[in-house]
Amino acid sequence: MRCGDFKETYIKDEEIFQSLFVKLWMCLFLLFLAAFPFLANPYLLYVANMIGFAVIAAVGLNLLTGFTGQISLGHAAFAGVGGYTSAILITRLGFSFWIALPCAGMMAAIAGLIIGIPSLRVKGLYLCIATLAAQFIFDFFFIHWEGLTHGIRGINVPPPSLGSFLINTEKRFYFLTLIMVVLAVGYARNLVRSRVGRAFVAIRDRDLAAEIIGINLFRYKLIAFAISSFYAGIAGALWVGFIRIVTPEHFPFYLSIQYLAMVIVGGLGSVLGSIFGAVFMTLVPELLNVLSGILKDIFTGTTQLFIPLKEVVFGSLIVLFLIFEPRGLAEIWRRIKAFFLLWPFSY
Amino acid sequence: MDILLQVIVTGIATGGVYGLIALGYVLIYKATSILNLATGSFMTLGAFVCLTILVGSGAPFWAAFVGTLAFAFVLGIAIERMVLRQLIGEPIISVIMVTIGLAFVVQGLTHLIWSPDYRSFPEIFPPEPLNLNFAVVPSGLLWGFIFAVVGTLIFILIFKFTRTGVAMRATANDQQAALSMGISVRWIFALSWSFGAIAAVIGGIVIGNISGISIYMGDIGLKVLAVIILGGLDSIGGAILGGLIIGILENLTGIYIDPLVGGGAKAVAPFFILVIILMIRPYGLFGKEIIERV
Repeated sequence: MRCGDFKETYIKDEEIFQSLFVKLWMCLFLLFLAAFPFLANPYLLYVANMIGFAVIAAVGLNLLTGFTGQISLGHAAFAGVGGYTSAILITRLGFSFWIALPCAGMMAAIAGLIIGIPSLRVKGLYLCIATLAAQFIFDFFFIHWEGLTHGIRGINVPPPSLGSFLINTEKRFYFLTLIMVVLAVGYARNLVRSRVGRAFVAIRDRDLAAEIIGINLFRYKLIAFAISSFYAGIAGALWVGFIRIVTPEHFPFYLSIQYLAMVIVGGLGSVLGSIFGAVFMTLVPELLNVLSGILKDIFTGTTQLFIPLKEVVFGSLIVLFLIFEPRGLAEIWRRIKAFFLLWPFSY
Repeated sequence: MDILLQVIVTGIATGGVYGLIALGYVLIYKATSILNLATGSFMTLGAFVCLTILVGSGAPFWAAFVGTLAFAFVLGIAIERMVLRQLIGEPIISVIMVTIGLAFVVQGLTHLIWSPDYRSFPEIFPPEPLNLNFAVVPSGLLWGFIFAVVGTLIFILIFKFTRTGVAMRATANDQQAALSMGISVRWIFALSWSFGAIAAVIGGIVIGNISGISIYMGDIGLKVLAVIILGGLDSIGGAILGGLIIGILENLTGIYIDPLVGGGAKAVAPFFILVIILMIRPYGLFGKEIIERV
């Protein structure tokens, strides 16, 4: 039984996995994730893939919003840029998926840089409105730049392949998603304990103070925008590779809000939190979906209620979390851990 | 030339309605520094409530209108008391997100109570369009414009001459000073929310009269963001002028640029204007210059 944490060096304090116990559980958890597709049915695997894309995007957005304190209401647009870039590179220029994927990320990062430039001049409320406008402007281009995006008809994309091995089922794609999620989360977790990550937090806490201690605000804000939209672009490109079509309807304003909701419900400024948030906010609508499927047999006509009900639940979750648990699921998780740390002699 | 004049006149009429909805944002922002992104869903809700009173009870229009305003008053106070008051002093992202959450709740509830079908108001205003010699104003737009102007005037008069209005201006100016003068800042916050809700609801009824009611009509609320940024977030006069400018620009884009790009430019024009204003003059035409250059 542990009775407390004692660390003698800063390096120990900054370790991601702080004890053998945690490392052991992490290995077991990864093993479980790797074994999951052999136990689950296609529907569960579909949901797992969707969760994976959401985790990547939410972790990226949290780097921007949770760590650097810059609000983005246009993250779906960045995901859209990523999705379209990969689709166009694959279908028009014959790139393979593996090259198109990083290109999609880079393209989204460039879009993020452009949107991030106003962050030099405006912040808070105004930045939030600027990114919201960006969302609608990108939407407009997705729909009306027919020559490039094929408008509302969208672009069909072939599935990614490794040699002659097609990654075309939920199960096969799951492993790709899993690897990308582990890479994304690992990079983010390491980034936030680096010099760059500390600069982000300093900017969030007090931008003027950060500038006085020698942080180049503009540079680090742009870095945050670029990394964060790179994540969104990767998520978008993976999603497009998974569903094998891209249309403007896949990246609406609603998706931007959903990403922000994941970050907030999970916990601002916590990588673990955005994972929780992404899992939670993806599972809740799916559960509602299943529930309405069951209820359909008992009450007739409940299927039309599903969409508005989803909206009400989604909105209430945001409101309730902000009022009652502003630090999100990560804080709940921390409290549970703290409770069991000294259990049963917590005094 | 005729087309140009016609477009400008239509733009002014639309712009008046935008100005009214923009008031819904500004009234709340002025007193509480909160940007209420749920304004659009308030509009939709108001339009549906008005329609239900009108059709359900067969009451005359003015009664339904007053009933809806009373409803908006209660709605505003209830939302402020239950949700926003808990978040006083929280970071800006929480407050913005909570209004977005509210927007989804209100829109979802509206969808649950009234089905998503498209409806239209019974004929309330005389349908004859107004014929100025050089242009024609459709009846819906004309009456919408009249409503907007009258509504705005009433709000301005309230702000200028009533005790409550003075208290609201004092609160907007300096909360500490207002508190020490015996003004109940809490009550002013609640009142600002109900004023904002009332402005939004009138906007909803007017838009409902012009183009029919559906649960998606609240999307206009986001477009109006361009108006308040142009006019200045905390300026009532700015909201009206901004509304007119955006209304005209939007209609001009619709006529002259839409054919060039194959449609859709009209809907997105306000957002382009929004970005340009944010780059050049983020506090708008009449807003307080409180933006720090960072």
